[in-house]
Amino acid sequence: MIRRAVVRWSGKEGTPRRLQVSQQLGRLDVKFSPYLFVSPFFVLFALVGLFPLVYTGWVSVHDWDLIGGEGNWVGISNFVFILQQRQFWIALRNTLSIFLLSAIPQLIVAIAIAAVLDTNLRNKTFWRMSVLLPFIVMPVAVALIFGSMFGERYGLVNTTLAQIGIGPILWHTDPLASQVAIATMVNFRWTGYNALILLAGMQAIPRDLYESAAIDGAGRLRRFFSITIPQLRPTMIFVIITATIGGLQIFDEPRLYDQIGLGGADQQWMTMTIYLYKLGWTQLNFGRAASVAWLLFLVIVVIGLANLAITRRIASSEST
Amino acid sequence: MASRTEMLPTTSRPNPRGWARKHRRAEAAIGERPGSLAYGFLAVVIVASVFPFYWSFLIGSGDSSTLNDPHMSWIPGGNFLSNAAKVMNNESVNFWKAFTNSVIVSTVVSASVVFFSTLAGYAFAKLHFRGKSWLLTFVIGTMAIPTQLSVVPLFIAMAKFGWTGSLGAVIIPGLVTAFGVFWMTQYISQALPDELIEAGRIDGANMFLTFWYIALPAARPAAAMLALFTFIMTWTNFFWPFIALNQSNPTLPVSLATLQANYFVDYSIVLAGALLATVPLIILFVFAGRQLVAGIMQGAVKG
Repeated sequence: MIRRAVVRWSGKEGTPRRLQVSQQLGRLDVKFSPYLFVSPFFVLFALVGLFPLVYTGWVSVHDWDLIGGEGNWVGISNFVFILQQRQFWIALRNTLSIFLLSAIPQLIVAIAIAAVLDTNLRNKTFWRMSVLLPFIVMPVAVALIFGSMFGERYGLVNTTLAQIGIGPILWHTDPLASQVAIATMVNFRWTGYNALILLAGMQAIPRDLYESAAIDGAGRLRRFFSITIPQLRPTMIFVIITATIGGLQIFDEPRLYDQIGLGGADQQWMTMTIYLYKLGWTQLNFGRAASVAWLLFLVIVVIGLANLAITRRIASSEST
Repeated sequence: MASRTEMLPTTSRPNPRGWARKHRRAEAAIGERPGSLAYGFLAVVIVASVFPFYWSFLIGSGDSSTLNDPHMSWIPGGNFLSNAAKVMNNESVNFWKAFTNSVIVSTVVSASVVFFSTLAGYAFAKLHFRGKSWLLTFVIGTMAIPTQLSVVPLFIAMAKFGWTGSLGAVIIPGLVTAFGVFWMTQYISQALPDELIEAGRIDGANMFLTFWYIALPAARPAAAMLALFTFIMTWTNFFWPFIALNQSNPTLPVSLATLQANYFVDYSIVLAGALLATVPLIILFVFAGRQLVAGIMQGAVKG
């Protein structure tokens, strides 16, 4: 309140010698400049964020092809068509599968890394930087690098597995195996990044909590599960929600997993976004692509809320 | 997580160095000296982080048969430069054009995001206007909207204006981010004392000059982190550039996709290209990785 009064005062009174006009201008300046300052964001966001989102809805209820442009109003028939496609449900299954295969191991490993980084290490910065290194590799490059390791006949992964007696896994044929390979790429790039976020969350936990628990005789593991995990809940929710929004839109890695880029001969690793791309830019049907976009948005909202509920439950049940 | 910053008394200025020192002391107090198990675990993690880089160099320095050679050597061959030259000289891959484009797009987008975010962040953190809290909530809400979902109408609009295939098509959608505004708002509200702004106002500086000479310098550390982060995100971005651009005017990820399509039989060239596209960010990481780590960790505590 004091702050506000000072600013008002300096705007209204000014120095006595000032002219009336400049005082008026000064007042206008104080009143309208804030709006001017925030307007670039809102104007640009309206143009490239909000308008497209609404317009996606408009396109999705029309016949619309890449070349011919807007066609007839078709109501919800694009949605009805999509929901009847086997490919859509395969894409949904694959997207969810890749998401689970990446999110769960990633979160567990990231918490483990963060817990180790949270101890009294030497050369903290060195370890933190090394953990973050994969983040700077573009997903396209990650896909090319890992794609070359997951070859079916001579790939590095299969030759290594053969040495311990595990038969060749069909990384480019079997749906689950190909999804594991793609999830590995996601995990490579994001585990360290999330570990740093979780580490920051851990460092915000008051240390006297640990101290009093230690005095009460709680061991290291007990302290981890009874203090760290529950206290980490807000950070975990943040990480999971971000991973959900990003992970369900996955495109780069599956796109470059083979040369054709449409998710495999039998759609083994075709994700929702690849399906969207396929409808829009190879079948040139924008109406249907736009309805897939809306359905994907819906899936993200539903999964996001579900994750929120699950994380809340897990973290709070462990705190009691 | 915002509660953390709200708990600070409003009169005291946060002192990042003091904060770090206090933390270190607390860490020492707990006194958990990590054992060899911890270092062993970290070593495994680091091998996993670094191995793909080594692998790309290993394959990228071999020839077309290296990848499928069952008795592959773990020592790099001598072909990296010639493979790199093949990447750079391939006409449809357009490497140097892609490289220049990536530099232009990432730089322009980062500069714009930083400037507009700082401007808006300053207004949200320190100025008073009607509807402020509502507008800020709106900004935070938009962060949850998956932007990739707007590709269809964005493409229709760009095609209508004839911008597809030009760099403008990938620059314009990136000019502002909700994350940037939120990030700068958080930082400025803590790091910029109100007295400084008042002093500037009393000295007769108008609102924009106050921003330019007082807020902008004070926001520099956070602005640098935002620039770094935005640069990396833009450099690695694929989906929208892939749709909006074409082979004759690509960014690096788009040209890597072309490289794969052309050379899928010879992975030594593909992986040499993958490594080349990453080199600029490796260099950036060597110089600014420390700041990137700090930025990600601070963002987590505030966000």
